[in-house]
Amino acid sequence: MNTPTTFHPIARLLHWTMATMIVAMLFIGAGMVATVSQKHGWLLAIHKPLGIAILLLAIARLALRLRHRPPPLPADLPLWQRLAALASHWLLYALMLALPLLGWGMLSAGGYPVMLGDALRLPAILPENAALFAWLREAHRYLAWLLFLTFVAHMSAGLYHGLIRRDGVLASMLPSRRGKAPMATGD
Amino acid sequence: MKIRFRQAAPWALIGGLAAVTVAAFGYVGGWLAPHRLTPQSLVDTLQDNAGLHPGYRRNHAKGVCVAGWFEGNGAASAYSTAAVFARGRTPVVGRFAIPGGNPYAPDGSVPIRSMALRFNPPDGEQWRTGMNAMPVFPVSTPQAFYEQALAGRPDPATGKPDPARLAAFFAAHPETAAFRAWAKHAKPSASYVTERYDSINAFYVVDAQGHRRAVRWAMVPLAADGRPGPAGDPDYLARDLDQRLARGPQRWTLRLTFAASNDPVDDAARVWPADRPAVDAGTLVIERMQAQDSGACRDVNYDPTVLPAGIEPSADPLLAARSAAYADSYLRRTAEEAHLPGSARPTAEATR
Repeated sequence: MNTPTTFHPIARLLHWTMATMIVAMLFIGAGMVATVSQKHGWLLAIHKPLGIAILLLAIARLALRLRHRPPPLPADLPLWQRLAALASHWLLYALMLALPLLGWGMLSAGGYPVMLGDALRLPAILPENAALFAWLREAHRYLAWLLFLTFVAHMSAGLYHGLIRRDGVLASMLPSRRGKAPMATGD
Repeated sequence: MKIRFRQAAPWALIGGLAAVTVAAFGYVGGWLAPHRLTPQSLVDTLQDNAGLHPGYRRNHAKGVCVAGWFEGNGAASAYSTAAVFARGRTPVVGRFAIPGGNPYAPDGSVPIRSMALRFNPPDGEQWRTGMNAMPVFPVSTPQAFYEQALAGRPDPATGKPDPARLAAFFAAHPETAAFRAWAKHAKPSASYVTERYDSINAFYVVDAQGHRRAVRWAMVPLAADGRPGPAGDPDYLARDLDQRLARGPQRWTLRLTFAASNDPVDDAARVWPADRPAVDAGTLVIERMQAQDSGACRDVNYDPTVLPAGIEPSADPLLAARSAAYADSYLRRTAEEAHLPGSARPTAEATR
């Protein structure tokens, strides 16, 4: 098997789908806790099902990532950038799994019904406990900030590869050109 | 020169994009929009007015927990699919309180009492409601509520709000007329049990065909011996409730009142005419009372937008604001309970 030069097509699809969802989610989360307007209710109503969707996609993506090695980084990339890339990618994975679980857990601990819509309710994953709620709620907030900052760094690094180094790293995650890499459905 | 620009442009693009993203996030999160009314600024104002009392609610701080059940009679099931309206019992965790952020306020200091309820039907959905013993809210919008809180800030010299500032607020807000007309004659009652508690905000009930009807609901007391509270006793409400519950459970009728087509649905400062059709949905039975610092209501956020299928919020802007502000208040007091870093600690003058 040749060393891949691009990410798996499904990985690329998931990356851009989730990028849109996660960025939207960060802005929705920041906005909904900072307004007393009508937006509070409808942002909250989007936030919860979107969070669960991100959790499910993140699990799928992690499974794909563990089965398909990503293309290697350029050989001439300095060690610190190599390490930063590795650390930030795993941090992104950890946060996109942790934040929905924290949200779900904090609603459970706060005694709220975890509603994904008018009728779809998830079970509580933690017992009602106000102190636990407070810890999880604050963890949700600070880790969301960390995710936002990691996203900004990740976006900037991607553009650095694409615009300044022009080393194929950004291209390896871009949607494939027509006819070049047909959509695979598995292994 | 040209070459240098070509080299700098990508860096500027990357830096600019990162900066724009951070600024947009800051704007949405309110940090770069300091004049926007946020849940935090609203709760800060209530907290400033009443003083900081860690672990307590930022409004309606003084109260007691109660427990019992709601006995649906089935009559409202024609109008709403909510399971609580069907015949049968739904457990209820509730709370009686007086308005204001001071947990040591004398019971006679305000003519308003409140009842908050969390219905826990077995299907895992919930209905949370916070009602007040007054027929109408003073203002229509969160902004006006905020201005009212600012106008009501106690003068450090007297400990009481400046009457001139309050008068100026009321003059600037003619929508407060209905509330002021009621408040002129309102007296602090001697009992939580003899009060009628109104939802104030309107909601929609939705029937099995999806037909939505605007309603306001009220808990109408079965106890009829209403009288003003005794003078000179700051804590008579809890004592009265304790004595009454020792004699037996206390009851209210849940009444849903339907709006006519031209009644204001999204404005809590306006009453509906008294002749609107109503249906009695069942009986609230309160049989136990617990202290609020250890009872089951302590850790409940009575967010009025937590509703079961079959009941929906109206577009009343106060409902969204209550949800947002209650969430902030809930986080503050649970963080204090959990002794989270950065949360307020009891000032404990006694330990000094």
